[in-house]
Amino acid sequence: MNLNYTAAEESFRAEVRAFLAAELPADIRSKVRLGRRLHKDDLVRWQKILYRRGWGAGMWPRRYGGADWSVVEQHIFDEEGAAAGAPPQIPFALRMVAPVLMNFATAAQQNCFLPRIISGQDWWCQGYSEPGSGSDLASLRTSAVREGAHYRVNGQKAWNTLGQYADWIFCLVRTSSDARPQQGISFLLIDMKSPGITVRPIVTIEGEHEINDIFFDNVQVPVENLVGEENKGWTYAKFLLLHERTNNAGIGNCKRALKRLKEIATHQLHNGRPLIEDSRFRDRIAQLELELMALEITNLRVLSAVSTESRAPGPEVSLLKIKGSEIIQQLAELQMHALGHDALPYLREALEADWVPAPLLADHYATFAPPLTGQYFNYRKTTIYAGSTEIQKNIISKLILGL
Amino acid sequence: MDLRLTEEQLALQETLRRFIAKDYDFERRRSLALSPLGYSAEAWAQYAELGLLGLPYPEEFGGLGGSGVDIMAVMELVGQGLLLEPYVSTVVLCGGLLRDAAAHAIKEALLPQIAAGKLQIALAAYEAAGRYELAHVASTAVRDANGWRLTGRKSVVLDAPSADYFLLSARSSGNRTDVEGISLYLVRRDAPGLTLQAYPTHSGGRAADLHLQDVYIDDDAVIGAPERALPVIERAVDQGIAALCAEAMGIVTALNAATLNYLKTRKQFGTVLGSFQALQHRMADMFIAAEQARSMAIIAAIQANSDDPATRRRALSGAKAYIGQAARFVGQQAVQLHGAMGVVDELNVSHYFKRLTMIDMTFGDADHHLARFSDALRIEPIGAAS
Repeated sequence: MNLNYTAAEESFRAEVRAFLAAELPADIRSKVRLGRRLHKDDLVRWQKILYRRGWGAGMWPRRYGGADWSVVEQHIFDEEGAAAGAPPQIPFALRMVAPVLMNFATAAQQNCFLPRIISGQDWWCQGYSEPGSGSDLASLRTSAVREGAHYRVNGQKAWNTLGQYADWIFCLVRTSSDARPQQGISFLLIDMKSPGITVRPIVTIEGEHEINDIFFDNVQVPVENLVGEENKGWTYAKFLLLHERTNNAGIGNCKRALKRLKEIATHQLHNGRPLIEDSRFRDRIAQLELELMALEITNLRVLSAVSTESRAPGPEVSLLKIKGSEIIQQLAELQMHALGHDALPYLREALEADWVPAPLLADHYATFAPPLTGQYFNYRKTTIYAGSTEIQKNIISKLILGL
Repeated sequence: MDLRLTEEQLALQETLRRFIAKDYDFERRRSLALSPLGYSAEAWAQYAELGLLGLPYPEEFGGLGGSGVDIMAVMELVGQGLLLEPYVSTVVLCGGLLRDAAAHAIKEALLPQIAAGKLQIALAAYEAAGRYELAHVASTAVRDANGWRLTGRKSVVLDAPSADYFLLSARSSGNRTDVEGISLYLVRRDAPGLTLQAYPTHSGGRAADLHLQDVYIDDDAVIGAPERALPVIERAVDQGIAALCAEAMGIVTALNAATLNYLKTRKQFGTVLGSFQALQHRMADMFIAAEQARSMAIIAAIQANSDDPATRRRALSGAKAYIGQAARFVGQQAVQLHGAMGVVDELNVSHYFKRLTMIDMTFGDADHHLARFSDALRIEPIGAAS
């Protein structure tokens, strides 16, 4: 047992660092560092740069164009990327639908979709939750009725993230109501340009448009877009959720937020001295840093167990999701509190990269103040989405503890 | 990077697990705690045979050249079995201190004896009202024609009653809490002028207060640099902290297993307790705390003997603070979920909880170490703006 990197891993780290220094566009780096709005173009541009380097999907197997990275290599990549200000790779295609396709789709489906995912050509979104089916996902009602060579899809998906950009959506749909709710669900791939699809924005608490309602009105979907077997979709959905949660520790993002918190606490004053010299505030930072130190090792332990035993991630990823989401929330909260009175202004335009603060606004607003409070509000989602904290605890108690 | 125990470490744990099942069950442990010695002399001899007592020493001194992770593997089982023998005091703290700081002749004389189970040493570093400050030393050492003359008191010297020697801090210059001016002396148990007042601790071990009145010590019994012994003591205590972190991890694991079993078997309102979601979620929180504590114990084990004091302190204080909090949570909740059975002497749950609590109170509690970790943030370079 040791925490040292091998010479090969160190040289990989140097390679990643050099690549980031040379290839990460300055405008994207600046947006990430300052918490400004990232647009579709920013994220797609970065994905294409990664793809050209052969790192479009590092953890994917080579036969699908991946780099076959080990858990440790992925960790190094995430760590360096977060430190350099690289944007996250949007997970819906790379980490969610892709593993399902690799494990359950036909060769034709894989050949059609995977190359377009890794190259950044297609943007995918997720159609899981519905107005009446949140934590109780298996009660979903969006229906797909087989009519010859097509399914006819009707219903509504809610809380869809970034679907306004999407070319494709992977959906859980009901194909049977005969048996237990879980047994009548199928996994369907739907072209977002299909007639009958309407995307309606939902503005969230911080005032941004990140999520949508998606309506399906007699949408025709070719049967070859069914993944795996009809009525087996729940199995694929659970498999997907495990992969999704594997990434939800978000160690890199937390590390960057912690570093930023320390910068803010060094800049802002308390009784005329840097806030970080106030032990009451500093102890709260220290407490979070400890949680993060522990989670980083827990994350590596879980992922290395998964890779050593060559198995899909198990229910232990629920622990990563719970802790990672709580830590990023608390970091955002402390960042806001470090601002103090400066946390109050709501300057929506300040999220844009080309924002120039009006002359009377304090200089440091240009550096960090405006986005932070919004981020605190935005991050309330993290303990709700992808299986709420309470659902994760249900999973732990049922599948790990056997209660 | 490798986060698994080796085959050898797993085999060692299995050996200890079998030993505990066969020779050290809970009833045996209870009677040992109440016995005059307070631990098992037979067990101590068995540890020597297994090589545990020389585990962290180089082979030239009769040891196995083991690492911090080897100690962690042992201490996890020490926790699960609630073993009472003075392993941390003698092997990790004092033996480790001698290994890192003593002259070759002393190491040659004492380490093989420790490894063979024939010698015990206790660390006499704390004084009354000084809490966890190792620099709080009022006991004096005066150099005169006959050597060093020590006078003063040391409080709560863990495992003192069975010790053959003490490693004892005393001050020959400076004020009571100055960092400089502290020396470390190897003092024989039977040295004239040294008296002990022995007592048990809350978790079954033994300890004593020491009274020194003109105890004479030769020059060759000064360990490390005279008047500059504090870093040596701190390094030893850091290794003791890593060992206690692993012990706590073992206890937390055992307590969670016991609590889970109780939730699955105890029936109320016509069903098992584990069917209630409030209790399921509490148990999930305890599971999470245990996993996070294990990660911190790993960090502590790997950094325990780091040569860089700042890196070591940061890791060890961080781990002790985190595990202190996690162990308090798991310990208190294990008692709570056991209901009245959690507070009776005849069930091991209360003993596990007491041991966890005493571990928190040893070598600095969670608040003490959180403050040390936090204070280090004040001076840490933040690096380029991100």
